[in-house]
Amino acid sequence: MGEVKKDQRKRGKTNMTYKLQFAELLPYWDVLLQGLIFTIVLTLVSTFTGIAVGTAGASLRTFGPAWAGAIVTAYVELIRNTPFIVQLFFIFFGLPAAGVMLSETTAAFLAMTINLGAYSTEIIRAGIQAVPKGHIEAGVSLAMTKWEVLRHIILNQAFRKIYPALSSQIIIVMLGSAVVSQVSAQDLTYAANFVASRNFRNFEVYLLAALAYLILAMLARSLLRGLGRILFKAAN
Amino acid sequence: MLQFSFWDILSNLLIATQWTIILSLIAFVCGGIVGLVLLFMRVSGIKPLEWFTKGYIEFFQGTPLLMQLFLFFFGIALFGIEVSPWMAATLALTFWTSAFLTEIWRGCVESIAKGQWEASTSLAMTYIEQMRYVILPQASRIAVAPTVGFSVQVIKGTALASIIGFVELTKAGTMLNNATFKPFLVYSLVALIYFCLCYPLSWGAKKLEGRLNVAR
Repeated sequence: MGEVKKDQRKRGKTNMTYKLQFAELLPYWDVLLQGLIFTIVLTLVSTFTGIAVGTAGASLRTFGPAWAGAIVTAYVELIRNTPFIVQLFFIFFGLPAAGVMLSETTAAFLAMTINLGAYSTEIIRAGIQAVPKGHIEAGVSLAMTKWEVLRHIILNQAFRKIYPALSSQIIIVMLGSAVVSQVSAQDLTYAANFVASRNFRNFEVYLLAALAYLILAMLARSLLRGLGRILFKAAN
Repeated sequence: MLQFSFWDILSNLLIATQWTIILSLIAFVCGGIVGLVLLFMRVSGIKPLEWFTKGYIEFFQGTPLLMQLFLFFFGIALFGIEVSPWMAATLALTFWTSAFLTEIWRGCVESIAKGQWEASTSLAMTYIEQMRYVILPQASRIAVAPTVGFSVQVIKGTALASIIGFVELTKAGTMLNNATFKPFLVYSLVALIYFCLCYPLSWGAKKLEGRLNVAR
């Protein structure tokens, strides 16, 4: 035991002059790229489904019957007050015990949708509440149907208001997606783990992956800002 | 084979919950201290200090917490220091927390009217005095609600420490699942315990927010 400790300390001393070896990551560029693409696609797809869930949830909670509102509230609070990794484990490990088998990719996608759905319900609901009542009455008096009022008057204005908040939530969910590697969904973090297990350049590969996430987050932020400018240009 | 009753599972999870709470408290308190120092740098008006904090915040807010845990776990080892999951988790969560708290508090400081800065400058107060006696007392009132709200994120963040081998609630859940093969029950209980920890804080943050709006 003492021998091992001493040996470790000695090795530690020489490690002080450790040189980072990024070149050793080069042979694995395709693995890392595939992981990166998986992360991007997973984020993109679950952004759409998550916001769809959020829109439905927020509409139900504001305009639906009381029992539906209660269910939505319970869903939102439950998801917002538990860690994403536990939600993921529950879906991937827990649901098969209840008879629902899911592949790791489906489980990852489902967990992200449910997670973003809860947060965006809360965000969109705030936007809906900010729509002046007079606008809804004006729509109704123009003989618009309930759906038309919801689509053209309420949601249209709500999304304009909450767009920045929703954008940052999307980026938070993208960064959170690193966790899906834990159920072996093959995202960027999974690829990084894989490379680290092959060449033991843990620090280098995780640093590279972290930088990739950083660039991805910055890119997503400016893209979303640009998209917002295009989407909400008219009548602002 | 050893059998686990429902109470065995629950009591084991509750024992592990202690570590979730301890890790959360350490991360929150240390993160708050580092965050306060960063806040002083961030609004100091000295360009290099501001750039440094901006970069720091950008990095810790723009990368996954999981990556930060890995980087601390494997990065410190490069200097020949033995890294325990404890140390890596505490450090990563502290720095991650500090970045978010600095950004929250900066918003609160910047919401203080400019006249307050000018008035205190004209009273020949130094920067530290201005912050201590004029700006922070006012900003802290606004900061309470979002800070309490963020503490929920810290508790949820500690769940990731399980991945580098820190035995807290999530890790205990995984271990119990491996021993009992009752994933549905175990992860339901884990989620429920997290909910019981986080919900009062979320609720409190919301209540504080409401009270503050009335005061204004």
